[in-house]
Amino acid sequence: MFHGKPASSIVTFPTNPVAEVVVPKVALDAISLSYRTTSGERLLALDKINLEVKPGEFLCIVGPSGCGKSTLLHLIAGLHPQTSGKILVDGTTVSGPGTDRILIFQELGLFPWLTVGGNVEFGMKMKNVRKAEREEKVQYYLRLVHLAKFRDSYIHQLSGGMRQRVALARALATEPDVLLMDEPFAALDAQTRDLLHDELERIWAETGRTIIFVTHNVREAVRLGDRVALLTFRPGRVKQEFSVNLPRPRHMEQPDVARTAGDILNCLRDEINKSLEEEYADEKVR
Amino acid sequence: MKKFAKQVIFYSVLLGIWALVAKLRIWPPYLFPPPWGVGHALWDGFADHSFWIGIAVTMKRMLIGYSLSIVLGMILGLAVSSNRFLEETLGGLLVSLQSLPSICWIPLAVLWFGLTEKAILFVVLMGSLLSVTIAMEDGRKQMPKIYSMAGRNLGASGFRLFWSVLLPASLPFIVNGMKQGWAFAWRSLIQAEMIFLSLGLGQLLMMGRDLSDMSQVMAVMILIIILGYMVDGLIFRTMERHLQEKYGLTPA
Repeated sequence: MFHGKPASSIVTFPTNPVAEVVVPKVALDAISLSYRTTSGERLLALDKINLEVKPGEFLCIVGPSGCGKSTLLHLIAGLHPQTSGKILVDGTTVSGPGTDRILIFQELGLFPWLTVGGNVEFGMKMKNVRKAEREEKVQYYLRLVHLAKFRDSYIHQLSGGMRQRVALARALATEPDVLLMDEPFAALDAQTRDLLHDELERIWAETGRTIIFVTHNVREAVRLGDRVALLTFRPGRVKQEFSVNLPRPRHMEQPDVARTAGDILNCLRDEINKSLEEEYADEKVR
Repeated sequence: MKKFAKQVIFYSVLLGIWALVAKLRIWPPYLFPPPWGVGHALWDGFADHSFWIGIAVTMKRMLIGYSLSIVLGMILGLAVSSNRFLEETLGGLLVSLQSLPSICWIPLAVLWFGLTEKAILFVVLMGSLLSVTIAMEDGRKQMPKIYSMAGRNLGASGFRLFWSVLLPASLPFIVNGMKQGWAFAWRSLIQAEMIFLSLGLGQLLMMGRDLSDMSQVMAVMILIIILGYMVDGLIFRTMERHLQEKYGLTPA
């Protein structure tokens, strides 16, 4: 059930991993994105991103703020078109949103006019799933995230951690192959976050979904991921990939998690400095 | 309950001062009637049915004119907010037209429709249509984009995206538009009625003036305040507060 071997060291891959026999669940083939800023210049946000995610793999993407890691998830979800490159799911090119890839937004985007149950049901309704089946699945997924009792509550009545779990249940209920998560736990307190890490790991193991998880927290990435991809700052490129071979379940405070995170952080530091420099430069201009 | 007690005390004191000033007879009673004089006028007005008729006529006009402006305003607002060309052209015109006080439409309405019911409704429509339209347009723009993205992400598109996501997501803004529209329609209608002299509360107000009956003038003013407040302050504000809480928009 748990991936990875009990080894405390990390293995560093070159940016292009050796081709696998298995068809990757998600493959990004030279994805680039550029856009025109308000001042009229063209900005390259993502530069030829190549990434492959195996079925059932938990991939974490880390990078400094502004490296385009959230944007990358939006592209995979099909919410924006990329400028060039291809996104393949199970070997087929995708364009536009699809319920095989569900994104959990940083701001969640739960619908306040629906109850918890209504939110979880929403994606199934759009897929025209029959009512009886919807009811059953709402019950199942709410139980999975321990919110069965809150089925008829409204979103504003829930705490931050509970909202996260509703978002998770809503995403899982459409039974996507790939779950895309955009810094979902960034706004939570440490205890709630730790709890949700445990739950996410358990749900991932139980449901066998492929997860692409974006975070700026390297330790969180090591805590959760089978593999961590490091993006550079503007334009976003894959700088390096690390596979994390620590036994599960892991914990944020574990020494080997901290050590692995430290190694990745060293690699990330240059990029963070670059992003900070740019931010301060902006400030001076103002 | 504590707030209610404060309000009772406040209004009692206010009435007391009014009674005291009236008692002192600084101004003659036909210019400054005591509270009981106004109370009497209210009683008489309801007793001889003239106030009931006034309220009925005014509310009927309000209902027709306001409903029309809501429907048209929603369509117009939706059109303006979803089309770049319309936004840049018609949008600007609407904003500039809104600076025109609705009473300025009366001469035009009279020439077009004569002293008829249609003319009154036209003034009410012009008074509230623009504010509804602008509120709708603003609402569509202010609506957090996250909802439509989340909806598309979960497989909604086309009409279903509009019906199950965009529309409910903009509900707080729609209610805000309806509230503003109500306030404008109410003011326009009373103004129009004062000039058209065709039943209604506005006419009762002017009749009080013509008869030099200050008690009736004040009684009708109080009626207008109470009716306006009941809809605006009780219905709309309650709805708005409920929605803001639910949608997490509570200001401070």
